[in-house]
Amino acid sequence: MKVLSQNFKSASKAALLNDDLRSALDRAEGGFVNTRKKAVAELRNFEDYRTYGQQVKDHTLKHLGYYLTQFENKVVKSGGHVHWAGNGEQANKIILDICSAANARKITKGKSMVSEEAATNKSLQDQGYEVIETDLGEYIIQLAGESPSHIIAPAVHKSKQNVTDLFHQHHSRLGFLEKVTEPEDIVNQARQVLRDHFCSADVGITGANFLVADTGSAVIVTNEGNGDLTASLPGVHIIIASIEKVIPDLVSLGGFLRLLGRSATGQIMSVYTTLFNGPKRKDDLDGPDQFHVVLLDNGRTEILKSKYQDILRCIRCGACLNHCPVYTNIGGHAYGWVYPGPIGSVLTPLLVGQTKAMHLPNACTLNGRCQTVCPVKIPLPSLLRQHRVDLVQMGAHSWAQKFGLWCWYSLASRPKWYNQITRILVAILARTATRGRFRWLPLARPWTATRDFPAPAQSTFQQLWKAQHRRKT
Amino acid sequence: MTDSDNNSAHNVGFFITCLADLFRPQVGFAAVRLIEQCGCHVSVPQQSCCGQPAYNNGDDSKTRVLAKNLIDKFEQFDYMVAPSGSCAAMVKVHYPKLLKDDPNWSGRAQNLADRTYELSQFLVDVMRVKLPLKLKLKPAQFVDDKKITYHDSCSGLRELGIRSQPRKLLNQRAGISMDEMDNSEICCGFGGTFCVKYPEISTRLVDNKISGIDRIEADIVLGGDLGCLMNIAGRLTRCGKQTQVFHFAEWLLDEQPETGIAGTKPKT
Repeated sequence: MKVLSQNFKSASKAALLNDDLRSALDRAEGGFVNTRKKAVAELRNFEDYRTYGQQVKDHTLKHLGYYLTQFENKVVKSGGHVHWAGNGEQANKIILDICSAANARKITKGKSMVSEEAATNKSLQDQGYEVIETDLGEYIIQLAGESPSHIIAPAVHKSKQNVTDLFHQHHSRLGFLEKVTEPEDIVNQARQVLRDHFCSADVGITGANFLVADTGSAVIVTNEGNGDLTASLPGVHIIIASIEKVIPDLVSLGGFLRLLGRSATGQIMSVYTTLFNGPKRKDDLDGPDQFHVVLLDNGRTEILKSKYQDILRCIRCGACLNHCPVYTNIGGHAYGWVYPGPIGSVLTPLLVGQTKAMHLPNACTLNGRCQTVCPVKIPLPSLLRQHRVDLVQMGAHSWAQKFGLWCWYSLASRPKWYNQITRILVAILARTATRGRFRWLPLARPWTATRDFPAPAQSTFQQLWKAQHRRKT
Repeated sequence: MTDSDNNSAHNVGFFITCLADLFRPQVGFAAVRLIEQCGCHVSVPQQSCCGQPAYNNGDDSKTRVLAKNLIDKFEQFDYMVAPSGSCAAMVKVHYPKLLKDDPNWSGRAQNLADRTYELSQFLVDVMRVKLPLKLKLKPAQFVDDKKITYHDSCSGLRELGIRSQPRKLLNQRAGISMDEMDNSEICCGFGGTFCVKYPEISTRLVDNKISGIDRIEADIVLGGDLGCLMNIAGRLTRCGKQTQVFHFAEWLLDEQPETGIAGTKPKT
């Protein structure tokens, strides 16, 4: 996927003006926040689970090589194949080779953010394969030719009307002539269209929410069951997952499943939770003949060695997005790449380059709400600030910004001057304000364009304090 | 200087914080009065900024210089108290991290951090002022028909856990009863330099905050951080609204404040 994060400023401004987007986001995010709150409150020791999630992930990341090797051995033992990909291009090459060897034509896909990261769809389509997204949200944005705007609700930015129109535009040639407007009818129509694809696909590609090292299982959590149909019906099942998805065993999986559903959608458990263990065995009634796992690094090994390693604990629940005041007002597309919101603002600069995505970690008020809901306690605000530290060290900021900070610093680092000069500034401002505020001030347009600037009192506190103190002694 | 009669009185170094110093000195005097009423002796050493703007913009080396200046001025006191959650959190939460690799300063930073408090936290949690407070408050004169609400600033709320403390104090002020906004804990869009770097997003966030204020038809908004309060007040007046904004300390004085931040007068 092309990186557009450098356009964050203009893209976010445009998003703020989009009323459809606003009402879609308001509805969805409000729902996510409330359902999560309720589901979390119902589990008395949710905080203990968060600590558990953090500790298990930290432990696994510390011994990542061990657990990945264990996972690989178990998959091979159950008749599957494990492929290692250093970057997205290598992952796509592996997938293309598998598809070509299977003489595939049609490929169904379950929802996978890692495949978005690797731009797998495009690489397959470029080679002439028909690729059909089967998660309803992903299917909608595939029809619209867009990218996901949320990591678990990819079409969250779309209104019902948008979907009605899209389906009418694309499905009428399949014989669905009437416009569907009710959610139930919309879902039914998608189900009918997708059913044929499920049955005629040659290869199914899914992501994985977790890889269980001890059993060699790839765990897929969905609410639509599309992941199961994608994985079980075609002759070939390919799983693409990044290396930090591995967890030690089924006991830890239990803990993570308790965290994931509640944090993501406020569900105690998602509707479908499936553990895939290799290809069809001799006595199995169904299942794929081939089972492949593509393990993607794409910069993770480097992140693991860096100050940002905590971000690899992420289980992609999307809670930080739902609770981010910036994300919930501009939506996901303004972030300009695969991962939006707080998680994206930490991850994107690491995966595409810090200067390319320098707006992302800066476009945050550091309000800290994301950290309080993260199921694995990632210190998102600290990591966002760390990016800012790196950007300063790289000298990435504009001269105007550097100069502004320097002026302030020159004053603030000399308390005596600071006191003298602020006295004068305050006195001037106090005398020139009307009704205690300014509608306009030189150099303050970003503030005064939409807000009045409160005027100071006649004297500073330190000045008044000193005067009183002098009188008393 | 008026020395307290009590020999065991705590010495409090009062950190006024930039915005209160420059824009709202009455917040400082209100805060000092409250601290003194707990039997503490208050001093105000010459001071500037805690370094938060540099820190949040990623300039750690500049922040360290300012941090050391501040530690130098304030470590002599039993406590350092500030009428701002974000400035107090800067010293309490971030200074120790910032200076942890400096053998000469890490201990001093931690030492000051351990004794640094935001105003409401200091009064309620540290001084454990007996409730009801002996604040010699006159009953509020014109608040009977006013709806008062509280905005929880993010740093105070999430870095210092300040939520109940200012409400407890305000509840002691006769005549004040609080109405809660449904979005009291959601960022107002100030975010330090964020508000001028991304003004459009910041404006949307403060508009959301104002929608929450409007939903309960509040007449007065109180809070504990002047950055947020100036942002909210400035947007309110620009939108032609008469809602007044104050620092909570101003409402704990004997006399009720009249002119709100950005020059607003009480609704008639």
